[in-house]
Amino acid sequence: MLYAPPGRHLVRAKDLVDGRYAEPLTVGDLAAAAGLSRAHFSREFRRAFGESPHAYLLTRRLERAAALLRNTDRSVADVCLSVGLTSLGSFTSSFTRAFGISPTVYRRSFPPASAHAMVPGCVARAYGRPQNSTFREDTGAAAA
Amino acid sequence: MIKFAAAQLWVHDQDEALAFYTEKVGMEVKADVTLPELGDFRWLTVAPPGEDDVAIVLMAIPGPPVFEEETAEQVRALMAKGANSAIFLTTDDCRASYEELKARGVEFTDEPTERPYGIDCGFRDPSGNALRLTETRET
Repeated sequence: MLYAPPGRHLVRAKDLVDGRYAEPLTVGDLAAAAGLSRAHFSREFRRAFGESPHAYLLTRRLERAAALLRNTDRSVADVCLSVGLTSLGSFTSSFTRAFGISPTVYRRSFPPASAHAMVPGCVARAYGRPQNSTFREDTGAAAA
Repeated sequence: MIKFAAAQLWVHDQDEALAFYTEKVGMEVKADVTLPELGDFRWLTVAPPGEDDVAIVLMAIPGPPVFEEETAEQVRALMAKGANSAIFLTTDDCRASYEELKARGVEFTDEPTERPYGIDCGFRDPSGNALRLTETRET
């Protein structure tokens, strides 16, 4: 077998978190991705990246949640579920610990998502044109 | 300097498409905004995790005032027949991605096949849009 530095295995666990944070991942899944036993994996991961696998997974989820709070108008509960967290209570407290403000206050500190969503001008013009059924009646009356 | 930002894909149902692209293909939501002033138009974009510069806009087929019913119906019919659009994606391991997506119930039209440019496979989204997944050969 070819020699691969241990970091190569550990980064697979990190890649799994970055790509699949929305799924119900456990530290056991991450250890399996790295091909190490759970206890050994957590120790090696911490040595390589300076934080525990659990902390990496949680902070990735919180980072993605912050992006959803800025870029979507989904509810806080929906954002929580969208990043793979299931308890709204723990989400709110972890988020507040990480960012210093609650998810709701964090969202309010940015312009609403609709203000910077890149909805093109052509879309706004096409969808914003009013539909008014009385215009048709007016035309009919004029033609009569 | 011109750069690529997003391309729109007509979809039969935005929620269905969203579930497919996130849960089955593994993309993430980049923007999801509903605008009441545009008749509840929903701007919904997805892209692979970490891909922040480009996105696919999952666009519902609109009725009036954008399309009259006949046009909307024609787009729906063409899409169902697979005559709408195609999206081209790349992967570092086509066979592994194929197995992964297949296990999640994705409907493949082409199994991984050797091509002059690499290995690729093809699948469809629930609306009938074609997607191509290519592992390019290192040159």
